[in-house]
Amino acid sequence: MSTHTLSVLTENKPGVLARVAGLFSRRGFNIESLAVGPTENPEVSRMTIVVAVEDLPLEQVTKQLNKLVNVIKIVELDPQTSVQRELLLVKVRADATVRSQVLETVQLFRAKVVDVSPEALTVEATGTADKINALLRMLEPYGVRELVQSGMVAVGRGAKSITATSTR
Amino acid sequence: MTSATSRPSSRAGQEPAAREAKPGTRPKPAPPAGAPVRLTGAQSLVRSLEAVGVEVVFGIPGGTILPAYDPLLDSTKVRHVLVRHEQGAGHAATGYAQATGKVGVCMATSGPGATNLVTPLADANMDSVPVVAITGQQTRALIGTDAFQEADICGITMPITKHNFLVTDPADIPAAIAEAFHLASTGRPGPVLVDIPKDVLQEQTAYVWPPEMQLPGYRPTLRPHGKQVREAARLMMSARRPVLYVGGGVVKAKAAEQLKTLAELTGIPVVTTLMARGAFPDSHAQHLGMPGMHGSVAAVAAMQRSDLLVALGARFDDRVTGQLSSFAPDAQVVHADIDPAEISKNRKADVPIVGDCAEIINELIAAVKAEIDRDGERKYDAWWTQIESWRDTYPAGYDWPTDGSLAPQYVIERIGSLVGPDALYAAGVGQHQMWAAQFIGYEKPGTWINSGGLGTMGFAVPAAMGAKFAYPDKQVWAIDGDGCFQMTNQELATCAIEGAPIKVAVINNGNLGMVRQWQNLFYAERYSSTDLGTHAHRIPDFVLLAESMGCVGLRCDAKDEVDDVIKKAMDINDRPVVIDFIVGKDAQVWPMVAAGTGNDEIMAARGIRPLFEDDEV
Repeated sequence: MSTHTLSVLTENKPGVLARVAGLFSRRGFNIESLAVGPTENPEVSRMTIVVAVEDLPLEQVTKQLNKLVNVIKIVELDPQTSVQRELLLVKVRADATVRSQVLETVQLFRAKVVDVSPEALTVEATGTADKINALLRMLEPYGVRELVQSGMVAVGRGAKSITATSTR
Repeated sequence: MTSATSRPSSRAGQEPAAREAKPGTRPKPAPPAGAPVRLTGAQSLVRSLEAVGVEVVFGIPGGTILPAYDPLLDSTKVRHVLVRHEQGAGHAATGYAQATGKVGVCMATSGPGATNLVTPLADANMDSVPVVAITGQQTRALIGTDAFQEADICGITMPITKHNFLVTDPADIPAAIAEAFHLASTGRPGPVLVDIPKDVLQEQTAYVWPPEMQLPGYRPTLRPHGKQVREAARLMMSARRPVLYVGGGVVKAKAAEQLKTLAELTGIPVVTTLMARGAFPDSHAQHLGMPGMHGSVAAVAAMQRSDLLVALGARFDDRVTGQLSSFAPDAQVVHADIDPAEISKNRKADVPIVGDCAEIINELIAAVKAEIDRDGERKYDAWWTQIESWRDTYPAGYDWPTDGSLAPQYVIERIGSLVGPDALYAAGVGQHQMWAAQFIGYEKPGTWINSGGLGTMGFAVPAAMGAKFAYPDKQVWAIDGDGCFQMTNQELATCAIEGAPIKVAVINNGNLGMVRQWQNLFYAERYSSTDLGTHAHRIPDFVLLAESMGCVGLRCDAKDEVDDVIKKAMDINDRPVVIDFIVGKDAQVWPMVAAGTGNDEIMAARGIRPLFEDDEV
């Protein structure tokens, strides 16, 4: 099984997320992550969906997604030719004895401290899934108290863009 | 972006002005097409239904849909048929649509009215039938508060409709209706639900027709790829054992004539699936019958031994393929379908063709002609010799019950012979459905109306009713079972009162026959909960039940009375007729491929397994 990143343009209408999520669950496709948000066009939303499937089921995923009337366009983004990012907020136990070590790790990963208290630090990091996982591995020994992570968002490299209008 | 301009819309906005004109007053000039007219959301809905050409709506009013029923009373174009259960409305719309190819329409109120449409919508979705359901919804302010008769019908029907809409602004009603009919009837057809809150129906709004449709994500592919078509034609001419595997898509695309041309041009044998019965004449020499679990030995064997399957509007359903890994192991596959998601879903296609079946077959004909012009005609003589030997050895047939009871297959065969191929036949689900598919000869598309994908028991009576409203001058026969009949026979009252004199042949074996057959074969003859008591206790008495519903009730339990009772039913045209055919309970549907096994395991009859060890062509 390999992971694939799909950039899906949909109409910005109520219930579209439920349609997409329902399709994945009833057809037995696995979503690794899903991120939804507005685009440069207020009538269009973009979902970045990461799925773990074989190539042939992936074809079924995209074909079934395309059948949803509110789905306008689907593009698979190749990790080699796209920028893929996740956002992590993590609350790490960091009292005076270990705070400097934690800060060092944060700097190594070019992450940011966004909140401080006597016992803990909250760290914000963006990056590829690999980088986020590596940072987490480094922070875990200090004690992760709380962790929240976004789905992956991705955009193709270069000047070309994926827009709803280009399909018409 | 698409527009509904091409729809039959010009009548809207003219008739009401003409109707209101009184002598002495000058009739108001009709507003020009496209100019806004002030009216309520409900009036806008009815005007929109008129504008898309709706002739008949099957439904039941209730609290939230009430506003729509008021202007419906005044419509001279749309007839409302008051059914007895919303499930009947949904299946009637499906029967109407299967018979005509036009969109069938059903209407219900919110909550239980809407949820009663769930089964027919799931049924229409599985069989790709163009149906539009219009449901009332609680007022906008009450949505989400668990209000009386509130159900999230858009959420509930999301997986079982092609699309659905919740209309939150009365100005959107014309566009929602235009889009719903466009979605239901184009591409791969399917059901579309339009949910309209009560206050949206009551509010004043502007009605504009034609509305602008906004469906940026909906672009069905109709024209096939020329290169793929030529490749398919090349394979058809070079194959040694080809089969045309015809599915319901050919009926939907109204491509039966083209199919006949293609079949006769190539001389390739044809099989028609349960959904495609009638797409190719049963009387045609190239027709091998139905494939699949209860298909003919010749059809199943030809597909198994084929080196090229040309699938036209078919979807390699599990009831056709049996165990997928051993299905047609030597065949290359040309798969033509309007839905790209069907291609390579179950069986990998070597040559995929996406498009409308009528266009695909037209282009295939041209491409095959070009091949013939270049290389000469192909004959598949050796292949036909092998097929003929299967046909001769394992013809369709049945044994008479040893207990002296009536053979159900005989009853159905006689109905088919006496009533003929111009009539329409609707079936429920089970043994009687398979026998109706096997023993009635279908010559024309749209004459066989059944529930294939979902297998909905109780489909026959309401579907026959819907078909009868589509074709009042044709004979419409429901071939039903005693189990199925007890699920939806309340619509006989609708048929009697609203003037739909259908015939219902209840193949009454006193049992849930197909389940009993499986218990007989696979559960050591332990008949758990399959005896309905319709034999032992005669409860209900179907003759009395029919009479109480304003129908003629007849009964027949002897071979020599079968023809007379069928003819008697055929002569009654002022009200529905129900014939209670008392048949043997041990009759079984053969041939049969047991569920989960490969098609090579087909049993022609109990204990008779055709051996496919003939020399390959």
